[in-house]
Amino acid sequence: MSYLIQGETGDWEVVIGLEVHAQVISKAKLFSGAATDFGAEPNTQVSPVDAGMPGMLPVINETCVEQAVRTGLGLKAAINLTSVFARKNYFYADLPQGYQISQYEAPIVGEGTILLDLPDGSTRAVGIERLHLEQDAGKSLHDQHPSKSYIDLNRSGVALMEIVSKPDMRSPEEAGAYLKKLRSILRYLGTCDGNMEEGSMRCDCNVSVRPVGEAGYRTRCEIKNVNSVRFVMQAIEYEARRHIDVYEEGGTIQQETRLFDSAKGETRSMRSKEHAHDYRYFPDPDLLPLVLSPDFVANIEASLPELPDEKKERFMRDFALSPYDAGVLVADKATADFFETVARGRDAKMAANWVTGDFFAALNRSGRSIEDPPVTAANLGGLIDLIADNTISGRIAKEVFELMLETGKPPAVIVEEKGLKQVTDTGAIEGVIDTVLAQNADKVAEYKSGKDKLFGFFVGQVMKASQGKANPALVNELLKAKLG
Amino acid sequence: MTALTRLTIAEARDGLARGDFTAMELTEAHNRAVEAARGLNAFITETPELAMEQAAASHERIRTGRAGALEGLPLAIKDLFCTEGVLTTAASHILDGFVPPYESTVTANLKKAGAVMVGKTNLDEFAMGSSNMTSHYGGVENPWRKRGDNRPLVPGGSSGGSAAAVAARLGLGATGTDTGGSIRQPAAFCGIVGLKPTYGRCSRWGIVAFASSLDQAGPMTRTVRDAAIMLGAMAGHDPKDSTSAPLPVPDFEKALSGDIRGLKVGIPREYRPEGLAEEIAAVWERGIAWLKDAGAEPVEISLPHTKYALPTYYIVAPAEASSNLARYDGVRYGLRVEGATLDDMYRKTRAAGFGAEVKRRVLIGTYVLSAGYYDAYYAKAQKLRTLIAGDFKTAFESVDVILTPTAPSAAFPLGEKMDDPITMYLNDVFTVPTSLAGLPGISVPAGLNGEGLPLGLQLIGRPFDEETLLRVADVMEKAAEFKALPAGVEA
Repeated sequence: MSYLIQGETGDWEVVIGLEVHAQVISKAKLFSGAATDFGAEPNTQVSPVDAGMPGMLPVINETCVEQAVRTGLGLKAAINLTSVFARKNYFYADLPQGYQISQYEAPIVGEGTILLDLPDGSTRAVGIERLHLEQDAGKSLHDQHPSKSYIDLNRSGVALMEIVSKPDMRSPEEAGAYLKKLRSILRYLGTCDGNMEEGSMRCDCNVSVRPVGEAGYRTRCEIKNVNSVRFVMQAIEYEARRHIDVYEEGGTIQQETRLFDSAKGETRSMRSKEHAHDYRYFPDPDLLPLVLSPDFVANIEASLPELPDEKKERFMRDFALSPYDAGVLVADKATADFFETVARGRDAKMAANWVTGDFFAALNRSGRSIEDPPVTAANLGGLIDLIADNTISGRIAKEVFELMLETGKPPAVIVEEKGLKQVTDTGAIEGVIDTVLAQNADKVAEYKSGKDKLFGFFVGQVMKASQGKANPALVNELLKAKLG
Repeated sequence: MTALTRLTIAEARDGLARGDFTAMELTEAHNRAVEAARGLNAFITETPELAMEQAAASHERIRTGRAGALEGLPLAIKDLFCTEGVLTTAASHILDGFVPPYESTVTANLKKAGAVMVGKTNLDEFAMGSSNMTSHYGGVENPWRKRGDNRPLVPGGSSGGSAAAVAARLGLGATGTDTGGSIRQPAAFCGIVGLKPTYGRCSRWGIVAFASSLDQAGPMTRTVRDAAIMLGAMAGHDPKDSTSAPLPVPDFEKALSGDIRGLKVGIPREYRPEGLAEEIAAVWERGIAWLKDAGAEPVEISLPHTKYALPTYYIVAPAEASSNLARYDGVRYGLRVEGATLDDMYRKTRAAGFGAEVKRRVLIGTYVLSAGYYDAYYAKAQKLRTLIAGDFKTAFESVDVILTPTAPSAAFPLGEKMDDPITMYLNDVFTVPTSLAGLPGISVPAGLNGEGLPLGLQLIGRPFDEETLLRVADVMEKAAEFKALPAGVEA
């Protein structure tokens, strides 16, 4: 699936690398004991360390280190047993220390891989360059006062993982698939909630283009802080087109930082390379190098959950699902768990169809979440059991499902109350068939003279007369016998 | 009552225990001395009422048999230590009005041991200086005078206020901090004992940072024994400082056995540069002789990278300082000079808030960390630092302590050397290598020069072997018999 952009001078390829800032799930900040809850009153979760008070010193939070290692292992990446925290120096009102503690030359996690699940069911590997731990800055509020800015330091010092991909993506769709897959892995691992709207996952996109067949990369631009998958895809599409237009008009692209205006759907210059900060990175003398023992890493590795790729493999193997179905079901862990509960001991394909079909549709309509589903996995399983043992037909099952949504009652109770039990009594069905054939003597004659297609009509009439409760297989069998 | 201010920490401690006088009397005497010596400008903030409250509480604890190691003993605290509820300035305009809501670990430890704080002492701004002349609150006068010359002299720096206060008997001891010599050089200039412990021995938490990889708190006292007692109360592992050493605190006072027989004392030949003042060379020779007489063996050693120490220090320390001082931006506390934009506010605040020496070091530090210069300066300095530390490591394979002069001269007149930073930086030539290697060093008063000014000798020890260091210093102190008193302190 190659994505090429047509230009005046030929086809162009887009080259994309993403830097994702993922907020670490932890009770306390990276270097202080202050809380990290989202949505707290401004400046209520700030320790003297986070406020950059004189004489305050950072102390590493071991939970955050564990989470970074866990994430690294989840990305099949190399864990660096020795890493170093460095100061990234710049002035801003919401950066109280005047520097951000980050990792520069020696990050905690090295190279890894993410497998993208593409819409056609195929996969594609994207390299991870590195993952490092760093502090978040505070937040500047510019809309609270006509001439002043307000500062909220609740976020100051919160642990972030910066996850940097290699420039391996070639289309906005791949970038979108990368973000979704990364988010899925982080959620499986429980290391980041992946909530882009709340800012706990933010994305910087590095974009360049080159004519098809050209080796090497051209100058890239970095689009900062894009906050949804859709916007990332839009921003890349816009930016790639902009580069091509510039090149084809004989211009050159300047390396710069750009912002995406989601209202206008365009990117615009934020600062050029000449105005780029000189961050004066150097090892933070307040912190010793971070040294991990092999046991520490091994213990985390032993506690890793089954991740989406492995789960997908297993679903394909054990449940004979298609790569596409399996991919859809494992994207979210709660969904995968829901599916497994439904599928366990049952027809997996039927379970997959029900979950991805009627159930997903109902879930969307209800506006509820998989954690609080409109129909429980046990009840949906029960419904499938009723189909499997011929208590109800597939058609009646849809009706039962709607009633389950309405009433929340188990399917067996609904079938019982509404008398929806399938009729398998041969005599009773024969009676219905006789009545139908008697009422449609003309059609019977037509059928007998060779109009085979009418067979379906008779089945329909019998089903209708039995209010859908007649067992369709029996109806077929008996009709065939009667019509000779 | 004057006599009470003349006691050593050990004597005052024992006197309180015996009930010869009360903690209130002892503190009252010091409060009065502090007030009488205001001309020295040794204090930025005096805390006489707080001191009396603490003394009364100490009295109660002594009475009920719950006395700590420093119970009721009045100390002066360098105004670089954050003290809860008491103005903390770092001698900088930029920290105007800053009252910390927390107490530094070292001063908290002292409080826990029962110490009484008489006030916060003057220093070079952000501890950057060797004369105390860079203080926003003005220079400190050394209580010593040259014979027949009443011109005021500097107390050294950066812990100049602490050194002057201890020499002038305004506190039984004082805290100092040492980054490149800031405890040892003023101790030498003021005729007192100053100990810079091993890096990591005392917590840096709550001390306004100058250069994080070098800063270390230590005691400034009138005797080696007092330094041992005070260090015992200040030191200890602190989980709030990642660079604090997870080691138990030995009983340093117990280490003062008086017996140094068989110890090897290294005499580094690189510390005898051409042009070393005659009187400094002479006092050093006397020191070697004293230790030899006590049964130790002087051994000539080489510390070949010594000549790179000052340039290395003046890259590493400003680099860290440029980053450490970025937080003083006018946004959250201290001075703010309003500006049209955020950048304008930064510019105006920092222009008004920092003095010339601080600005010079922030600029140097910013430069050496800049893209394109980092490798030539900062990275190279780190390599040299490793080599300098390696020199000491090698030396300590064959010696137990090292003896050197503390400073290349005695105290100089107030206002001198201010026009040439390099000359000023040379004051630290003998102390900086120890700091770069993170080793403990102690300055002990060794005698007077021809003009009647005190000179100090420095002993350098193995990492975390303050015990041997103090043991040798104690012997040397006894041999030196330094009994001279500064002007204004009656014999």
